[in-house]
Amino acid sequence: MDRILNRIGLAALVITAFALLTPVDRHANAAGQGQTATSAAVKIDNFSFGPAAVTVPVGTTVTWTNQDDIPHTVVSTDNVFKSKALDTDDKFSFVFTKPGTYSYFCSIHPKMTGQIIVQ
Amino acid sequence: MPQSKKDELVHDHNHDGVDRRGFLKCMAWAGTGALCVMQGGVLKSYSMSRANEWNAAKMAGELSFAQISDSHMGFNKPANPDVAGTLKAAVEKINALSIQPEFLLHTGDISHLAKPEEFDTVDQILKGAVAKDVFFVPGEHDVIGDEGQQYRDRYGKGTKGEGWYSFDKKGVHFVGLVNVVNLKAGGLGNLGSEQLEWLEDDVKQLKSSTPIVVFAHIPLWSVYPEWGWGTDDSAQALSYLKKFGSVSVLNGHIHQIMQKVEGNVTFHTAMSTAFPQPQPGKADSPGPMKVPAEQLRSVLGITDVNFVRGQQALAIVDSQLA
Repeated sequence: MDRILNRIGLAALVITAFALLTPVDRHANAAGQGQTATSAAVKIDNFSFGPAAVTVPVGTTVTWTNQDDIPHTVVSTDNVFKSKALDTDDKFSFVFTKPGTYSYFCSIHPKMTGQIIVQ
Repeated sequence: MPQSKKDELVHDHNHDGVDRRGFLKCMAWAGTGALCVMQGGVLKSYSMSRANEWNAAKMAGELSFAQISDSHMGFNKPANPDVAGTLKAAVEKINALSIQPEFLLHTGDISHLAKPEEFDTVDQILKGAVAKDVFFVPGEHDVIGDEGQQYRDRYGKGTKGEGWYSFDKKGVHFVGLVNVVNLKAGGLGNLGSEQLEWLEDDVKQLKSSTPIVVFAHIPLWSVYPEWGWGTDDSAQALSYLKKFGSVSVLNGHIHQIMQKVEGNVTFHTAMSTAFPQPQPGKADSPGPMKVPAEQLRSVLGITDVNFVRGQQALAIVDSQLA
């Protein structure tokens, strides 16, 4: 009987501990994501996307900046996102809210391809 | 596919001994304008610097036209901050030719960003040409954002599909093709099955003695696929032209002169009236090549094409703006 009571007591302690800790952990996680991974940058330079593949957490805003003297576009192969023509120094941003691998290319220069991997 | 078609290296502009078996080409890189004359299926090339030695009577034919390309109206970067000025210079140069072209061909990238005012400016400048007819095909810059709807509203009246068409002038059959829309990730220029079917049908009834001129923006031969300088399904298009004795293919896109003779087909790319681009693989990317202002006009140009009846060949003349 004592053992059982002890076990219940222990379980209660553990539950209480989780109840106390979990909100803190969640808070810490949210804070950590907010500081390190809510945005990512892709440079368009020399007719290429750099880095060509970027891995980001869900909720990240990815911003492309065209540093070439020639206009480019950022177009998802699955029609998830599509920029207008980006002239020199123009930017395009997209918020990735769902996990998955998003392939994209420049519709003007289709040899230019890239990937955003959202986890 | 037939092997060992006889190709000939007809002129070595760079004096670099380029003479590759099976792929021999005549190249005039930036700054080396050339007069190219194709007679009896063989292309002859002369330096523009010796234009005063040309025999105008020999060059004259029943039909002549000028090709301009890649005016990129709206471009304003250091390579050339005045693309309107250089296009005007190109028109003036055409107007001053000893043999007046009957019409102009513009092989695309009329505009830089497909903005209405860019097209307006080009239209205004081309009104200054003595030759009143201008035939266009779109470049990838002309179809940005709307897959060419605005381009077709402006230039595509009476055309089929994405803007392709054909017409006849003095016994020569001209075909304008569109290879810049619905491009696929990782791919090159693309004609598409609908256009290919149309082309096959368009040339089916023509006699094999009919001279054919095909013009499109992106080269219809594999210039440098690493930079997207080629068209995925061009071989299919060219297969429909095999029966013809004289086929000339005129392209823009790469902003420099390159020529290749392959069997019955002469391939030819034109300079840009806006800015030069590097030789294939000779830079990190095909972006605009910056040259000193005083040299700029020597790397921009026009192409004057004469058709000489009886020889069933086209004489192609490239001239610099300087």
